[in-house]
Amino acid sequence: MKFRRFTALLACLGVGIVVVIVSFLAIYAWPAIRLNGWGFLFDNSWNLGQLYGTPITVHGQQILPGAHYGILFLIVGTLLSTLIALTIAVPVGVGAALFLAEGMPPFFRSWLSFFVELLAAIPSVVFGLWGYVVVIPFLGHHLFPFMASWLGFIPFFGGSTGSGYGLLTAGFVLALMIVPLIAATLRDALVSQPAALREAAVALGASRFETMRTVLLPATRRVLIGSSILATGRALGETMAVLMVSGNALNYLPHNIYTPISTMASFIVSQLDSALQDPTGMAVRSLAEVALVLCMISIVVNGFARLLLYYEGRQRARLA
Amino acid sequence: MEFSVAEIQEAGVRNVSGRGLRRRLFDYLGWGLCALAFLLLGSAMMWILVVVFMRGVSALNFSVITHVTVGTGGGLLNAIEGTLVLALGGIALAAPPGLAAGIYLAEFDRGRLAPTIRFMADVLVGVPSIVIGYFGYVTMVVALGWKFSVAAGSVALAIISLPYICRTTEMALRQVPRALREAAYALGAGDGRVTMGICVPAALPGILTGILLALAISVGETAPLIYTAGWSSYLWTGHFTNEPIGYLTYVIWSFITEPFESAHALAYAAAFFVTLFVLVISILTRMVLDENAGWRRLRPWERRKA
Repeated sequence: MKFRRFTALLACLGVGIVVVIVSFLAIYAWPAIRLNGWGFLFDNSWNLGQLYGTPITVHGQQILPGAHYGILFLIVGTLLSTLIALTIAVPVGVGAALFLAEGMPPFFRSWLSFFVELLAAIPSVVFGLWGYVVVIPFLGHHLFPFMASWLGFIPFFGGSTGSGYGLLTAGFVLALMIVPLIAATLRDALVSQPAALREAAVALGASRFETMRTVLLPATRRVLIGSSILATGRALGETMAVLMVSGNALNYLPHNIYTPISTMASFIVSQLDSALQDPTGMAVRSLAEVALVLCMISIVVNGFARLLLYYEGRQRARLA
Repeated sequence: MEFSVAEIQEAGVRNVSGRGLRRRLFDYLGWGLCALAFLLLGSAMMWILVVVFMRGVSALNFSVITHVTVGTGGGLLNAIEGTLVLALGGIALAAPPGLAAGIYLAEFDRGRLAPTIRFMADVLVGVPSIVIGYFGYVTMVVALGWKFSVAAGSVALAIISLPYICRTTEMALRQVPRALREAAYALGAGDGRVTMGICVPAALPGILTGILLALAISVGETAPLIYTAGWSSYLWTGHFTNEPIGYLTYVIWSFITEPFESAHALAYAAAFFVTLFVLVISILTRMVLDENAGWRRLRPWERRKA
């Protein structure tokens, strides 16, 4: 009995850090939350004010004259880059999962699956390095001008292509980082579908691909949705790779898919140094508010995905 | 209108073979697209590895591992040391609560506490690493006055690796046959004796694998360290607080944007070390243990991007 209590206590101390993180960020950001109000989410201006001015008092908080904190451009950048990443990653992930589950002899299957999963093990900053050194020059000099001239008739595909830093580059690198997650989860679900499903489809005359497309993929629909949402959570919070390839735009809403952007996660890294110059500390507190917003979004997205996958797992356990 | 039997048969054959051809084409097209998706992934992976290893190897020389960083040149000795200190410190801090949580989830999965712990661990995996870094900054670096330090960096890494250790420990313990536990309980052993004396030794390879993977994740992390560990070009003098420390991933992201060749070389060398370390651990755990070990012991969606 004592041992059980001891492990329970230690375990709670460990995982309880989640509550501590959220509450400390909330407490620290509270003055900023009071000051910024809802405009924080809907205004498009992050302005530290006159750094050498005399602090003034607004709503009972000391801030620098001219200071204003609004992160609409961060929210837009984060959502758009994640959206682009998902648009690329979901089809590629499904294709790779089908190929890994059914499209190759069993001998290669486990090793090639492992190879794809290694992609998930590569650190974010190495993706960033690769993106910065190789991908940006390639996209900026070759692919983007080509795309702008040939696909320019599609809205947001035309216009100036910039230097290669931007929305599409960030979306592309993010996509590569989340594809293994979608592919591996879906592959596992496909492989573990009951053999009877497959046999029934083949008995009705379906070819292997038709079996996959009309029977097995629909059966794993919820896994695909769940893993895609988890991948969304991952992409929303991704920091280093995005920081190195997104261009870190400030107060700037994208006008086409090549425009430089910032995401909430990368903004926290790139702005803390300058926020520390604010003697009233309100800039650092507003950054804490950014972190809090990001944290809440991630928790909601992850919780939702896990709920979906949890029900799917229960259903599968019942069938088996 | 009338048709002869031959005409009808011919039409039928044409129709069937037409549909068959369409189906077969559709099949080929489908598999082709799937193979293309896989090839895309595989070639991107190869591209990354080739860039990191080719440039990394050409940037390597003996002084990289024997000298400390001087400005944006010199070597990486301080960063290698710092990465090891921070990662090992993080593991040392995360192991006790992580193991305890894993043991509780696997052995005492009854009542309302276990689902709560599991839920919190799941949430913790989803918290972005930069949020953990910022939390470390406002609490440990500023409020507690530790400044940029080994202590703050290690705690941040510990928060990152805790849910992994918890998860891998739980999975490893669940592989231990039930009969083993029943036999031990029947002989009169208590919870503590059964778990620590019977189950944990039996599950030790799996548990150690989990800890190794957590180490690999810690070595590859950057975001939680930037505002907790800081950066230092000197070797660590053994202070846990008030002394910043260097680490390899910092070199990768900040030196690559410097205009100097020497800085780029250091960034490539650092990327080489980090990637090699992570890959070697992943492959080792895969080769030593069976297919269901290593990364696969985690449900796929639980692997956090470092």
